[in-house]
Amino acid sequence: MIQFSKTAVLLAAGSALALGACSRSAPDELPPPPVGTTGPDTTPTYSGPPPGSREDFLANTASDTIFFETDSHDIDPEDRAILDSQAAWLVANPGVRVTIEGHCDERGTREYNLALGERRANAASNYLAARGVDASRMTVISYGKERPIALGSDAASWAQNRRAVTVVPM
Amino acid sequence: MVFRIPSLSAFRHLALGLCLAALGSAAVAQDDVSSGPIEGDVVGGISNPTAIAVPDMPTPRSVGTPAGNTEDLGRQVARVIEDDLRNSGFFDPVARQFLRDVNMPQVTAPEYPAWNQVGAQNLVQGYVQAGSNGRLTVGCYLYDVFAQAPLERAGYEVNYADWRRAAHRCADMVYARLTGEGAYFDSRIVYVAESGPKDNRVRRIAVMDTDGANHRFLTNGQSIVLTPRYAPDGRTIVYMSYQNDEPRVYIYDVATGRQRLLVDAPYMTFAPRYSPDSRYVVFSMAVNGNSDIYRVSVSGGRPERLTNTPGIDTSASYSPDGRRIVFESDRSGGQQLYVMNADGSNQRRISFGGGRYATPEWSPRGNLIAFTRLGGGFRIGVMRPDGSGERILTNSWQDEGPSWAPNGRVIHFFRTPRGNSLPSLWSVDVTGRMVRRLPTPVGASDPSWSPLRD
Repeated sequence: MIQFSKTAVLLAAGSALALGACSRSAPDELPPPPVGTTGPDTTPTYSGPPPGSREDFLANTASDTIFFETDSHDIDPEDRAILDSQAAWLVANPGVRVTIEGHCDERGTREYNLALGERRANAASNYLAARGVDASRMTVISYGKERPIALGSDAASWAQNRRAVTVVPM
Repeated sequence: MVFRIPSLSAFRHLALGLCLAALGSAAVAQDDVSSGPIEGDVVGGISNPTAIAVPDMPTPRSVGTPAGNTEDLGRQVARVIEDDLRNSGFFDPVARQFLRDVNMPQVTAPEYPAWNQVGAQNLVQGYVQAGSNGRLTVGCYLYDVFAQAPLERAGYEVNYADWRRAAHRCADMVYARLTGEGAYFDSRIVYVAESGPKDNRVRRIAVMDTDGANHRFLTNGQSIVLTPRYAPDGRTIVYMSYQNDEPRVYIYDVATGRQRLLVDAPYMTFAPRYSPDSRYVVFSMAVNGNSDIYRVSVSGGRPERLTNTPGIDTSASYSPDGRRIVFESDRSGGQQLYVMNADGSNQRRISFGGGRYATPEWSPRGNLIAFTRLGGGFRIGVMRPDGSGERILTNSWQDEGPSWAPNGRVIHFFRTPRGNSLPSLWSVDVTGRMVRRLPTPVGASDPSWSPLRD
């Protein structure tokens, strides 16, 4: 099995969001929410992402996604760094509930991959819980191999698809 | 639906009772393609398919029906029968330009020398008649051309809309009589219809006849749906749906179109399959990263846990007598096949080859288990329930999810190509020699065969 740097995979994904997240480090302390941005805001005035929003989460965490080795749900040091940043944000935004999606590459059978994706989502969820995020705020869901983000049948695509994604509601 | 052919005046001169006497010798003549242990040599019909003629069926009177006039129906019924027989791999239908017109008297008095001349070993004739009761009658007669003897006859009375079923029943009669195998054409397939790109796939439960006709979508594609399975009684379909973003097992009532949640639990339930008596569903439930196998009554209630290991236990399938269950587990490290008693006791591993083994399904005959073998691609294979006699039947990039025909002779599965392409349904017979793609309007996966219809 060829080993891929997960950072390289992230870069290969070419996602502007992922690139943005990678190039930015989370501030030690979140700025206070600007006054008057709590309601639906249709004015063009720039005031930063609304606190507790998905944009806020993506801007202030290392990534919303961690990646796994083949047929594994182990959390490695790189994953821990990402999950630590997610845990910090979630602790700072106690009103936000999240869904953690578990996904697999196409090289497993459908039913097994449903179970494997659930294992991966739980691995992420359990880690966040150990970092102080109340378990009742997190819902896990497995999509098995049914929702890949990379469409190829090659090692690079598979590496991108073996993932757990922390999703903050829009 | 089957009835004895009425003694129509046109056929009164026929002493079909005589054919009973002829059956004995004819049966001997057919022994080379007759039944036997499935591992035995029943492939004579495949390497040397039987030449069979299926001429258009005449009608005593051309009558318009909601399904077309009976003259047209006679032609179409013959073509459905011919296609069924060809697709089974056991038969080589005589080309249409060599088929002769058959009139009503000839239906029961075939011109054997003429059929012999075009190379037909067997002959299927029949007639199509509109009844005064608003129903269609199809007579079906099988002859041995060499022996110049009738082999079997049957009559089917159906609603006009069901005319294809009468054709499938006739083909089933011919297939069963000449091969010794059980019938299977008059059954349905439920599967997952797939369309759109891989990262935004629309999935709908769909049903169709075994030849792809009478296709219908059961769900609208708003939620991901997976792994539909027909109940052995044919009345319901159990499947998994992501309705409300909660992946759970549901039961769909074919007659009413209603669906209901099988188990009300805050966990993912998946990989459902019915017990042979249709009273229970065996399924997997994932609790905090650990998937085990459970059993629950179809009417609901508290699930009974059958496995209890830290690994992934899933894809459970009952033996036809309901006493044992085959399933896959990664408790040894990778996916392997295990058999246990229906109460969960006596779990033991049966697969020991290289690679991984997944998605076992027990044959309705009980003698074989079909599975997906993983390792350098996915392939469909069969083995005996004790793990011996493993044979790999297909070879492709990804062949997955075998499902048995009601006769335990043919297996459906789905084949996924590399890259961003749609999967499709395929069938293979237990010898592995007859591999064929099934027609579906869009991409297709997770086929499951209904029982033979009543």
